[in-house]
Amino acid sequence: MIRRVIALTRKEIRQLLRDRSNVLLGIVLPMVLILIFGYGMSLDVRNVPVAVVLDDSSPAARDLTARLSLSEYFAPIVLLSMQEAEQRMRRREVDAIVRIPQDFSRQLGAGGAQVQVLVHGADASRARLIQMYLEAALGQWALHQADEAGGSPGDPGARAEAGVGSVTIVQRLWFNAANTSTWFLVPGLVVLITTLVGAFLTALVVAREWERGTLEALFVTPVRPIEILVAKTLPYFGVGMIGLALCLLAAKFLFHLPMYGSLALILLASVLYMLVALGIGLLISSATKNQFLASQIALVVSFMPALMLSGFLFDLRNMPAPVAALSHVLPATYFLEVLKSLMLAGDIWPTIVRNCLVLALYAAVLLALARVKTRKRLE
Amino acid sequence: MSAAAPALVARGLGKRFRVRETGQTIEALADISLQVATGALTAIVGPDGAGKTTFMRLAGGLMAADSGVLQVLGIDAARDPQAIQNRISYMPQRFGLYEDLSVQENLDLYSDLHGVTAADRRARYAQLMEMTALGPFTTRLAGKLSGGMKQKLGLACTLVRAPELLLLDEPTVGVDPLSRQELWTILEQLAGEQGITVLVSTAYLDEAARCAHVVVMHGGRVLTQGPPSAIRAHATGQCFAATPFEREPARRLQARLLDDALTIDAVPRRGGVHFIRRREAVEQGDPQLGALLRGASCESAEPTMEDGFMVLLGERAARERLTPSGLAPAGAPAQPSGTSPDETVIEVRDLTRKFGDFTAVDHATFTVRRGEIFGLLGPNGAGKTTTFRMLCGLLPATSGFLQVAGHNLRTARAEARRRVGYVAQKFALYGSLSVDENLAFFGGAYGLRGAPLRARRAAVMAQFDLAGRGGTRAGDLPGGFRQRLAMAAGLLHEPEILFLDEPTSGADPLARRAFWRRITALAEGGTTIVVTTHFMEEAEYCDRLVIQDAGRVLALGTPQEIRKEAGETAERRLDMEQAFIEIVARARRDGGARVAA
Repeated sequence: MIRRVIALTRKEIRQLLRDRSNVLLGIVLPMVLILIFGYGMSLDVRNVPVAVVLDDSSPAARDLTARLSLSEYFAPIVLLSMQEAEQRMRRREVDAIVRIPQDFSRQLGAGGAQVQVLVHGADASRARLIQMYLEAALGQWALHQADEAGGSPGDPGARAEAGVGSVTIVQRLWFNAANTSTWFLVPGLVVLITTLVGAFLTALVVAREWERGTLEALFVTPVRPIEILVAKTLPYFGVGMIGLALCLLAAKFLFHLPMYGSLALILLASVLYMLVALGIGLLISSATKNQFLASQIALVVSFMPALMLSGFLFDLRNMPAPVAALSHVLPATYFLEVLKSLMLAGDIWPTIVRNCLVLALYAAVLLALARVKTRKRLE
Repeated sequence: MSAAAPALVARGLGKRFRVRETGQTIEALADISLQVATGALTAIVGPDGAGKTTFMRLAGGLMAADSGVLQVLGIDAARDPQAIQNRISYMPQRFGLYEDLSVQENLDLYSDLHGVTAADRRARYAQLMEMTALGPFTTRLAGKLSGGMKQKLGLACTLVRAPELLLLDEPTVGVDPLSRQELWTILEQLAGEQGITVLVSTAYLDEAARCAHVVVMHGGRVLTQGPPSAIRAHATGQCFAATPFEREPARRLQARLLDDALTIDAVPRRGGVHFIRRREAVEQGDPQLGALLRGASCESAEPTMEDGFMVLLGERAARERLTPSGLAPAGAPAQPSGTSPDETVIEVRDLTRKFGDFTAVDHATFTVRRGEIFGLLGPNGAGKTTTFRMLCGLLPATSGFLQVAGHNLRTARAEARRRVGYVAQKFALYGSLSVDENLAFFGGAYGLRGAPLRARRAAVMAQFDLAGRGGTRAGDLPGGFRQRLAMAAGLLHEPEILFLDEPTSGADPLARRAFWRRITALAEGGTTIVVTTHFMEEAEYCDRLVIQDAGRVLALGTPQEIRKEAGETAERRLDMEQAFIEIVARARRDGGARVAA
């Protein structure tokens, strides 16, 4: 039994190393994903082009413009006509317009100035972010103006007079203090890559054996189905772990994730999820026996949901109830949750225990099913 | 186990499959009873769809029968397949090799799986290498071996230990005649000298002549079984060989004989015609034969395995009132006016095609004349498919001159394509469209519409006996009808040249006869036919042919010229297969000598 498993595993590793597409899928693709998600596909708002329409050329208005250009979030373009700003907005050369009206400085002197803010709303979540940042920038400037106007800082009377609330909000984001999207993208990336290698690659290689008729020859030997399964699982488990290691290294040294949780727990959760993914892959291939179909199904049932529904791209709490319920059927959701808390928050035991138990259960059920489904039969 | 106990016993075995798309149930095996004697060579023979592979899979414990009993080595195959799988060896179709592992790695894998010890391995490997001549290639990847070498490696993998029963499922499919002959020599050795029990399935009837026991299957049933002599005996006294009178082409005599109701079968062979008459005709002295022969000399001939099979099949067809797939008369298109019969329609000079640093076709030169049936023959990987694709304009040539129907394929590919019809090896029509819709589509693709399209459609449907089937979905047609539909589609636009790629592979002998009858009729009508085949005896239907191997044209000429080139003398008559083996073997020897020198 051990001898047969070793023979089959050796065969599997040889095939894996000889087929360049495996290396591509197992090693190169994770690296490309890390770079794309880490650098290219940031969800942060930075250097947003903003048209500033100066109908008023008073020092106060210019000061406001200067304030915006000092911010790392905006790249203001000063324009003199609203018409031109609108044109630029239509061509989407700018994402927002800040219009400073003619009587801005006069109104400011009178205590209540108005500034018009127009935001391109095609991309709703980005628009909301831009709106928030603009409001914050303008608010801060107003506060500053009020302070100067009021003479002595901290004079409550002056502040009240300037029409700005006396409560200053000091906010801080926990677990991702700089609000860097990379930080929450990296745990998601680990989930994606593990899914890809575990489910997709495994489904493909088993289906390939069906297609080429090699399993048929293998079946009429003393080999037991469980031995075939173990031998298929081991090498791809290894490939998945390499992908995982790449992600973790990138997380630590490229993106400087805090990694509050212990490495051992991160590995434990990953191993459990890897087994789940392998189980899915083995099940798919035993059901389809065709490479093309197996890859399609693996994409649809494992990779796409992991991308869309695990909470990686879209927050679970904002989903409609049925979709959220569906998310909670997905093992990827549990893995992502435990990874996020381990990487960004630390060892939070209730979350870890609960999610790891769910993952272990999934792994056990899926692998048992794969074992039942893998029979030495051609019908 | 005593020597007398059979290795495999099947009684009343039945197996049905449900076709998921149509919901129909097909009976793959019905009431199969047979025995495989220990220590002997047994063959299951039959065309595609006969149920050979299903039976092999049942024997290997890979499927369970729906009814009947199957015992392998005394073990019930339904109850304990693993116990059987521990003791037998099985080679599936396409040999079950890992193409990305080397020869040695494949052997090691199967040795490990069968638990062969290191000591046993050394002796065994030496023996296997000697038997298969794979010794120099142990480090080569299995995928880079030729078809014949893959077949031998697949066999070697099943022999890493002496199995109590060896199951080989169509080991000779897609393998050239030379390698097939070598394999059978090995199998005879295994059974004769080592006493290994072998059950082998094949579509080639005449291969089975080397076996001790032959089971002939057709349509999921056992047609007959017994020693080869008993199967041949079904045709005893009914077989004749005719030599045509004066300069009449053998093909025409063959067509005339085949069209006669009292003929069971007629094939061109060794320049003459080999035919079988009905028993009742022979018994009455066969008064009609003389008129059919038209002066051809005729003598009785030894029946072959295929003759025995044809007689049995013919009897059953007569019983079940089946006409052998409608032999339509020659309703062929008229010969285009203003053409002379010796006109060259395809001219190929120094045609070369390279894929990377691999030369698939190496300076091929030949011409095809109008109205000829021209054959391209060669083992797999010989370059015949590549040549074929270049002729049809599907693949550009790397270098050389290629003119088809008066158009240079390098400069006027579209023009040339309009003049040719192409029938692919696989069924290339739309299964979900009806016969009418398929023909309308292909007619449209060639620019036919309205009244001309309707006229042509009616004509080809009559020509190929498809009348009344217009509304049937192409996917639901039986195999023979599908091929006729494919031919009808290829001939809609009245091409001057019709290309047929392996049109008869997998078809049963009856369907193959009907097919060739149509082809000869088309050629009589002036259509030029270019055809590839791996049934060597079908080369006899060709006016001229080329034999290719390793990209080179080895021989070019009429079947008679080819046989002469292979060394045929008045004393030593060769059939096409022998001639082919002779020519390819000689070229490989010379090639080897050249490399060595």
